[in-house]
Amino acid sequence: MAHFTKATSLHDWLNQRLAVDTLRRVLATEYWIPKNINFLWAMGMVLAITFALLLVSGIFLLMYYQPNVDLAFDSVNYTIMQEVGYGWLWRHVHGVAASVVFLIIYIHMFTGIYYGSYKKGREMIWISGMLLFVAFSAEAFSGYMLPWGQMSYWAGMVITNLFAGGSLHADGLVEWIRGDYVPAQAFLNRFFMLHVLLIPLAIIGLIGLHFGALRIPHVNNQDGEEIDFEAEAAKYKAGDKRSSKVIAFVNDFMSKDMMVVGIYLIFFFYLVFFHYDFAMDPVNFDPANGLKTPTHIYPEWYFLWSYEILRPFSTNVGLIAFAFAQVIFFLLPFLDRSPNAVPASRRGLFKYWFWAMLIDMIILTAMGKVPPVEPFGTIGFYAALTFIGLWIALPFITMFEKKA
Amino acid sequence: MKELFILVVVTVFTLVTYYLVEPFAHSQMHKHYESEGFAYADLPALTKKGDATRGKDLVMGAGACTGCHGIKVAGMPAPMDAVTAAASYGVNPPDLSNAGSVYDAKFLGNLIKNPAHALMVEHKFDPAKGQMHPMPQFYGAGGDMDQEVADMVAYLQSIAVKGEELTPKMTFELACGRCHAMHYEKWTQIGEKPAFKKKQDELAFDTQVLDYQDSLAKYMGTLPPDLSMYIRSRGAHYIETFVENPQNYLKGTAMPRVGVNAEAAEKVIEHLEDVGDSKRHEREEVGKNVMIYIIIFAIFALLWKKEVWKDLH
Repeated sequence: MAHFTKATSLHDWLNQRLAVDTLRRVLATEYWIPKNINFLWAMGMVLAITFALLLVSGIFLLMYYQPNVDLAFDSVNYTIMQEVGYGWLWRHVHGVAASVVFLIIYIHMFTGIYYGSYKKGREMIWISGMLLFVAFSAEAFSGYMLPWGQMSYWAGMVITNLFAGGSLHADGLVEWIRGDYVPAQAFLNRFFMLHVLLIPLAIIGLIGLHFGALRIPHVNNQDGEEIDFEAEAAKYKAGDKRSSKVIAFVNDFMSKDMMVVGIYLIFFFYLVFFHYDFAMDPVNFDPANGLKTPTHIYPEWYFLWSYEILRPFSTNVGLIAFAFAQVIFFLLPFLDRSPNAVPASRRGLFKYWFWAMLIDMIILTAMGKVPPVEPFGTIGFYAALTFIGLWIALPFITMFEKKA
Repeated sequence: MKELFILVVVTVFTLVTYYLVEPFAHSQMHKHYESEGFAYADLPALTKKGDATRGKDLVMGAGACTGCHGIKVAGMPAPMDAVTAAASYGVNPPDLSNAGSVYDAKFLGNLIKNPAHALMVEHKFDPAKGQMHPMPQFYGAGGDMDQEVADMVAYLQSIAVKGEELTPKMTFELACGRCHAMHYEKWTQIGEKPAFKKKQDELAFDTQVLDYQDSLAKYMGTLPPDLSMYIRSRGAHYIETFVENPQNYLKGTAMPRVGVNAEAAEKVIEHLEDVGDSKRHEREEVGKNVMIYIIIFAIFALLWKKEVWKDLH
């Protein structure tokens, strides 16, 4: 047992028991971040803040929400939106944050791809980030079921049907997932459980893993420069902050993060109060009705690109393409054969690959929402082929990349 | 400068994506109709100037309106209760007290002459096939029919409450409320559901509502939807243009053209907002304050960053 002395202050008392000074040093004041970064490096903090908004608003909503097929719709649209003081505010914050969080995730992902932040020891950062993407997707989908509106019901129907595996006809699996032949009480209850307990637990665990994965390889920088963190940290601690290539997580990095968070929150709250329709589909303000299929069924915008990879093909081919799209991003660190961990602009053909991928995914996103009539069907079909083609081409174009 | 450029790139890609999945995609999914200003241009105008005194005699007498309609302000109760009336006609005929200020005058005139035509339900009521509209046509009381119709309309306008006195709720109940329930304000097709002390009384009331709804569903083909959340699920523009001409969006629907005037349409929308989006004023108020707060927060964050980073550059 460690030796404890009579504490001289509350701080000392805590320090002897919890090592708060060491923790503070290791996690904050001497956690070194490269100085050569731009505002895109603040997206992690923006995501953390958005997740906190989701968590807090979700806790408030949970106090009035009723996971019952007869009560769910009215508990959201009447009790929460109209009877409970500021219930509407929590719901709008929750709904808008659920949509905006994906915008930030995509910016965060494409930042990582552009700057090569998934290579040279940073593979686990990428993989844990992709696991978070999957967990957030599951969280978004399960949450979308809860208001039990028309889109909840029919999206639930369509997405759970995917698990039948086309010609495999694994209908038993679909029934097992739903707990019934169609989405009903058992379905709503289990998605409620997933949304408020199991998936949030997984997300919190994965956030820990994601942060941990960052610790050893350190944060990347704008030029992909390999920094001797110990030497630069010594320079910083000696007082030469100006020429040191690193900054402390607190306050240096945090102050820049908070500046970006401030600007982001202006944008976020503008959406919450004045422009929320994009995140709260009007169709979902009709109560679920299993006998009345909506004219257009589409997922929320952040799932549209993968939905459009599924849609233009025949059932079986579509499902294979869809499965491909779900896993392929995980393999990015291994499919990129080039040792260059520098911005895409300095990487030859990869530069074009990056912009082609980004634009192709935007086209897929747009085509995933419009009705599958011509010319949209054809555009979607070729955009889906392009997506697959780009991934197949990736190892080849990176293999022959010159050393940057 | 480089950061500003990156911000522009991120913003442009975000806005393009937004444009494609929201305004563009919705323009491809839904037909868009502009409001015609509740002009009912397809209906011929009233050519004669009506006289309310003569109109009163016609409405109470030869016009035979009060055979089916009540006119409470004139001391005429409805001849039947709502449930019995719906069993006979499919839907409860409206009390005409405020018809003159809710419905467009030209529409009322045309309705009296040929209900199925004015209501745009001729696909459902074809006299040649023996499908008669429950409201009989007015064939004239022996004089100049156009004059008689104008007189009746003038009478209905003279007895109706006007301006502020006609509340959004009254407008909704007359124009929509005999077919559409709105359970977020306890509105049923036979009136507002009262608070009952005895369960038996409540069950009796619910039974009446169900009986009424059965007749209505048979008449319309399906039970018309509850409108509690329509302001969020359809939006004001859709509702306005749909009410003006339901056939535009839903060819062959049993929903009649309601024939409200522009002012009454606004009141109906206001009532739908009061029920489905009751916190909209609070939202705007709180929104403004939060924006001010968050802008101040952003300014302080910016100043903090400048303070910290001045030692780093």
